[in-house]
Amino acid sequence: MDSLTPRVEESKARSNSAQGVWHRATSRLAQGDIGSLPVLLGLVLIALIFQLANHNFLKPVNLTNLLVQISAVGTISVGVVLVLLIGEIDLSVGAVSGFTAGVMAVLAVKIGLPAILSVALGILSGILIGLLQGFWFAKLHVPSFVVTLAGYLGWQGALLYVLGSTGTINLTPPLIVGIANARLPVALGWALGFVFLIAITLNWLRERSERIRSGLEAQPIAVLAIRIATVAAATFIAIGLMSVNRNPVAGGAPIRGVPSAVLFFIGFVVLFDWITRRTRFGRYMFAVGGNVEAARRAGINVDRIRITVFVLCSLLAACGGILAGSRLLAVNQSSGSGDVLLNAIAAAVIGGTSLFGGRGSTWSALLGALIIGSIANGMDLLAFSSSIKFMVTGAVLLLAVTLDAYTHARRLQTGRS
Amino acid sequence: MSDQQSTPILEMKGTSKRFGAIQALADVDFEVYPHEVLGLVGDNGAGKSTLVKIISGVYKSDAGKYIFEGHEVAVNSPRDATQLGIETVYQYLALCDNLDVVANLYLGREQVRPLIPRLLEPVNEVLMEQNAIRLLDELHIHIPSTRSQVATLSGGQRQSVAVSRAVMWNSKVVLLDEPTAALGVEQTRQVKDLIRRLRERGLGVVVISHNLADIFDVSDRIIVLRLGRRVSTFDTHATNPERVVAAITGAVFGA
Repeated sequence: MDSLTPRVEESKARSNSAQGVWHRATSRLAQGDIGSLPVLLGLVLIALIFQLANHNFLKPVNLTNLLVQISAVGTISVGVVLVLLIGEIDLSVGAVSGFTAGVMAVLAVKIGLPAILSVALGILSGILIGLLQGFWFAKLHVPSFVVTLAGYLGWQGALLYVLGSTGTINLTPPLIVGIANARLPVALGWALGFVFLIAITLNWLRERSERIRSGLEAQPIAVLAIRIATVAAATFIAIGLMSVNRNPVAGGAPIRGVPSAVLFFIGFVVLFDWITRRTRFGRYMFAVGGNVEAARRAGINVDRIRITVFVLCSLLAACGGILAGSRLLAVNQSSGSGDVLLNAIAAAVIGGTSLFGGRGSTWSALLGALIIGSIANGMDLLAFSSSIKFMVTGAVLLLAVTLDAYTHARRLQTGRS
Repeated sequence: MSDQQSTPILEMKGTSKRFGAIQALADVDFEVYPHEVLGLVGDNGAGKSTLVKIISGVYKSDAGKYIFEGHEVAVNSPRDATQLGIETVYQYLALCDNLDVVANLYLGREQVRPLIPRLLEPVNEVLMEQNAIRLLDELHIHIPSTRSQVATLSGGQRQSVAVSRAVMWNSKVVLLDEPTAALGVEQTRQVKDLIRRLRERGLGVVVISHNLADIFDVSDRIIVLRLGRRVSTFDTHATNPERVVAAITGAVFGA
């Protein structure tokens, strides 16, 4: 029997060799734990196709535009990831993003409150909406699908109501305009990148040495080095791209530096990645999404987790709405409508967060938003109409969900072995 | 082996429970001793599950005393039972498939590094993993890695993890609901070995099962419920399955 079920020590000895790492990676793949591999491959493929069709696609200015374009929907998508992780859905995120941006715009422009206060109240209205919807779902046991579908309609109406006869409100306060359109000085961008890299390197090294000291299996130093190198490359390439002068007018004032919208978006991804993977709260989110009854019997306050997650989701929707309003310099009756909701959900799922709950990562919001954004951006470059854009995005979404369903079935199979 | 001279670690006296017109339990006495594996058997509807749910705090009894370590206590929620050291392992409900073994063992009781607010405290994976490895070794539970997702484990391994989860908190009584249902021969043997090790550790173990062969294999004493009443008690080593079956089906009354 021991040969069939290796003891903990044996696997510990094996895991420190390169062979062990390879073995674990392949067995995870076989069990349907494919992670973000297909997304990354898809992203490379999309980039190659568009670059071949139009050599402007991979230019720094276009890639920076792409990142700014996806920041608002990507931020909303981070919230959608959180809700999907607990096995629920929020269909109101688009409408909430529009309404909260509307609240901010009305307060700042029509009523004339200080910009900072207007932004805070916009975000606060998002929190209150999340509290209401989360309570309705968790305590009154109405399915989240229905509660947020009602919210989808209701908050759209609420946006029209607060805008009144004005229609479009142009955002002029510098602080609100700066939320998405400010640029980090180039030197500060690099400094931030270095600090980020040093922080995670030190953290990983500290964890590794702590594990070794405690006699636990630890990552081989080579694997750790590859991870750090990958993160460093991604960070510096991104900052490098955004540090190139984007002003097309030769001799004009240079436009360079990381746009604030991108900074907010990446910041949310990193922050909520830490919360979901490292904290007790994050652990409970996965537990609720994996097996709500087991979570309840383990003494977890399931209602509190659910309400908190819906609050976070609406909060992020509000932030996304404010980013979108700031970027477009206006809030109008169609803010947050159209394809905002579907793109936010599609991004989370395309990025690899499961619709079945309990599996995923906030990074999938970034990866998925990049895929959707690349398709939209590339097709714009090639002057395709929106009809084609919608159809291609739909096909990619179908592919991603099919992959999710397939790996889900695969996990059930191997799980039952 | 059971030590009938010692006081029961857990005792229920005159427990009754009614659901509408149905008398699920009528004046049932129940006791389990330390260092004992008690088999709780009965046909469907005999009241086994109801009794277990009352003991584990899921239901509140209509009448009866709940006595733990010689003192009457009030158990109004699963948390109350857990705090006394009474753990219940339910079939199929125990684990989160998407979490690894360590996370499941500690679910709801994570070791954390202090931070305010409390919900955002980072979990201390190193400490938890160390303790998990030690516990699994002590209980001779073999799994590929403590970092395996539970979804990748076999049925026997999962059941073993679920049981270890129940005993790692200085628990004194463990209730196992159909611990060997849906397990293969070898996996059943693993779980039964584990049950014996719990007895060696001094726990009172209650096994609820339809499988009399398993009950006879691991238990010291057998309590038979029938139609909400306790009809018989057997010393496992001084009886045979026919007599227990007779008590379950009502062919004879009294012990």
